[in-house]
Amino acid sequence: MSTPIDLPRWADVILVPALSVAAAFAVAGLVVAGIGEDPFTATRLLIAGSLGSVEGVGFTLYYTTNFIFTGLAVALAYHAGLFNIGGEGQATVAGIGAALVCLYADFLPGVLLIPAGILGAAAFGALWGFVPGYLQARRGSHIVITTIMFNFLAATLIVYLVVNVIGERGVTETRAFARHAVIPYVHEALRALGIAAPTSPLNFTFLLALAAAAGVWALVYRSRLGYAIRTVGANPSAAVYAGISPARMIMVAMTLSGALAGGLAVNELMGVQHRLLLEFTSGYGFVGIAVALMGRAHPAGVIFAALLFGVLYQGGAELAFDMPAITRDMVVVIGGVIVLFAGALEGLFRRLAARLVALGTGFVAARRVRTAEEG
Amino acid sequence: MSAAVEPPAIELVDIDKRFGPVRANDRVNLSVARGTVHGIVGENGAGKSTLMSILYGFYEADGGEIRVDGTPARIRSPADAIRLGIGMVHQHFMLVDSLSVVENVMLGAEGGALLDRGLARARAELDRLAADHGLAVDVDARVGDLPVGLQQRVEILKALYRGADVLILDEPTAVLTPPEAKALFGLLRTLREAGKTVLLITHKLEEIMAVTDRVSVMRRGQMVATLDTAATSPPELAELMVGRKVLLRVDKRPLAAGEPRLAVENLSVVDERDCLRVAEVSFTVRAGEIVGIAGVAGNGQSELMEAIAGMRRPTLGTIALDGTVLTREAHTPHNLRRLGLLHVPEDRLRTGLVPAFPAYESAALGFTDDPAYGRGLLLERGRMIAHLADRMAAYDVRPPDPLLKTSKFSGGNQQKIVLAREIERAPKVLIVGQPTRGVDIGAIEFIHRRLIALRDAGVAVLLVSVELEEIMSLADRILVMCGGRITGERRPEATDERDLGLLMAGVEGRA
Repeated sequence: MSTPIDLPRWADVILVPALSVAAAFAVAGLVVAGIGEDPFTATRLLIAGSLGSVEGVGFTLYYTTNFIFTGLAVALAYHAGLFNIGGEGQATVAGIGAALVCLYADFLPGVLLIPAGILGAAAFGALWGFVPGYLQARRGSHIVITTIMFNFLAATLIVYLVVNVIGERGVTETRAFARHAVIPYVHEALRALGIAAPTSPLNFTFLLALAAAAGVWALVYRSRLGYAIRTVGANPSAAVYAGISPARMIMVAMTLSGALAGGLAVNELMGVQHRLLLEFTSGYGFVGIAVALMGRAHPAGVIFAALLFGVLYQGGAELAFDMPAITRDMVVVIGGVIVLFAGALEGLFRRLAARLVALGTGFVAARRVRTAEEG
Repeated sequence: MSAAVEPPAIELVDIDKRFGPVRANDRVNLSVARGTVHGIVGENGAGKSTLMSILYGFYEADGGEIRVDGTPARIRSPADAIRLGIGMVHQHFMLVDSLSVVENVMLGAEGGALLDRGLARARAELDRLAADHGLAVDVDARVGDLPVGLQQRVEILKALYRGADVLILDEPTAVLTPPEAKALFGLLRTLREAGKTVLLITHKLEEIMAVTDRVSVMRRGQMVATLDTAATSPPELAELMVGRKVLLRVDKRPLAAGEPRLAVENLSVVDERDCLRVAEVSFTVRAGEIVGIAGVAGNGQSELMEAIAGMRRPTLGTIALDGTVLTREAHTPHNLRRLGLLHVPEDRLRTGLVPAFPAYESAALGFTDDPAYGRGLLLERGRMIAHLADRMAAYDVRPPDPLLKTSKFSGGNQQKIVLAREIERAPKVLIVGQPTRGVDIGAIEFIHRRLIALRDAGVAVLLVSVELEEIMSLADRILVMCGGRITGERRPEATDERDLGLLMAGVEGRA
């Protein structure tokens, strides 16, 4: 039987993820070399494309916004001991909620319409999270199975609604939202202040994502409700002893998780597309699982992991453009390898990290002894 | 007799095993003759299971020697043990529910990549075993569909199929109904006739008397006696199990019991599998009194405590606090805490604490709605830490670090954290389960003194413990549970370990 490896906190939070990412890049580099391209040039292009220009940074942060929301959704459910892989479906249904508000309540002024649209997204996403939560809590249906099924249901529902009910004739999208339902772009705001900024899809939903991360942190680690959620996740029988109902906390956590996934719909629809269209979630919901795993379910970790995946997405797009041999699929491969190393093979790097830490402390101790002897 | 020249089937010489500071086996010697049923009895934690785990290769002894048929043997894994003809039937079965009997039996001994040859061989062998030992089982039945008694039979078949000559059975009747237990004993006798050697671990004395040839008694890691079963009696064994040493009497003021605080009336509780675990139990606990519930573990005490504490719904019966019967709605852990019924659960790591949380969070378990921990929706970390820091000082918890992860504290210190949390809330009724399990001597004394102080302050204390000594020295009245029923009530000054031991074993005591 293997015992869990105890590491100092800094090693747990920084060293282990860093080792995972380094190993993932090494493997990805081998793949790049395998198709006859230079991995170092590829890495340079990747970094330059995502962080080397203001425009690149804009795109990177736009992707990051999506990943923060979906990563937080997975992380929050994880604290209740649940594996919510229904981010795609929850975001899809949240998109329907946002669109209904933006299309049919546009008599409201912008200061009310935008918050109402955000709430609509959160409420619909919450509903799509609550139902699997209810089924898990009351009927014992496994959350992994139900959330997968709910992804399919959501995908079908949106097709029906957009094609038959709220969409424009002949296209698979709705009419555009009213101007005052749109969350402003960051570059527009900068230009209004007289600062020249290149166009990018980055909009103010990014700030909402950061606020959501702060909110999740306060909820999970500082609130009474978060305490109850974590107790259910860490030790259900202690929760029963404490008078916390595991069933209730499961439903609460899944509802909040679904609402967070709704942030993806806010960024994509109210921030960028300005209409409801099919498949706007583009797999961001699934990447959220990797983001949460890598960020160790901590909101700060989720932000950093989301940034890393933002860099990969944006840099990867540039890379595919500059090195035609490397397609976007290659970038997906790199992402997959990172997930593999950061999530599934984490134990591998914990052992290595423990050895490095032991070596480091031994080295420091030896030096201290030597200095003492000399002195 | 020829048995005198034949070397013993199993011989353990000076076996030593430590777990940290605990000496689980202290120079244990045991000799088991071939073709006998040999019982090993002792209280929980006496070292029986550790000794058998060493023999079966789960642990390696720190010192000593194992001899099989007179030859020294090194047993480093269960595979080594099986090779030497030693088989074990665990208390919790190691079976795959979805596979058939024959598939389970050959599991791990399939004999090649393709199954059909192994299957044919296993079938033939099972037929032979069935004929030889009366071990008939439908070999094609799905194991999950079989009753528990037959599942155990499959475990025995598994061991025999692997060529076991020596069979270790760990608490085999714990999960059996009385008729199933009787059938098992019949089977053990047949195995003995066939020349097999059986090691039976149990704490039920009537089983020892019913089926064994010889019996060894363990106490606190040591082997205290080995006797011929025919020449001993349950009272003698009970005495040996518990030990005669002078009780650590705690100074107590004379009983000044007041109003009844907790009244349990005809309480019955069933477990998840619909087994009746508590049967029509009634008792009261008055203010300023400690009522002790003695009994061998697994006789319904856990379910009784959980039912009173609102963690489990009783099937029948009522529970009254201060003369008011609790309605279904009022009977929740949350509400009971508000009414002053507090609970130190018997398993602190599984129930009483959250091992993954820092200590200050575990110390708030069940009390997070306390305004002292912060107003509104948020908990104030600083206040929680300061609160626990104070209690750590008062209870001498080491290390006194509220930020340390709960699982990093020793058992005694974890227990102090739980006790401090509950006692400090000024309980009217305190339910305490196994307060000193896995706790070092110093902490035991501290915990006992705290409980007495509570009693003297007028708290009604219900103490559940498998440690007779603890019950004898703390309780003002002793109830004994066996098979979910209360088999007797005694005053500590009017009883002794033998008397209690008989009640615990379900033997009718004196009136």
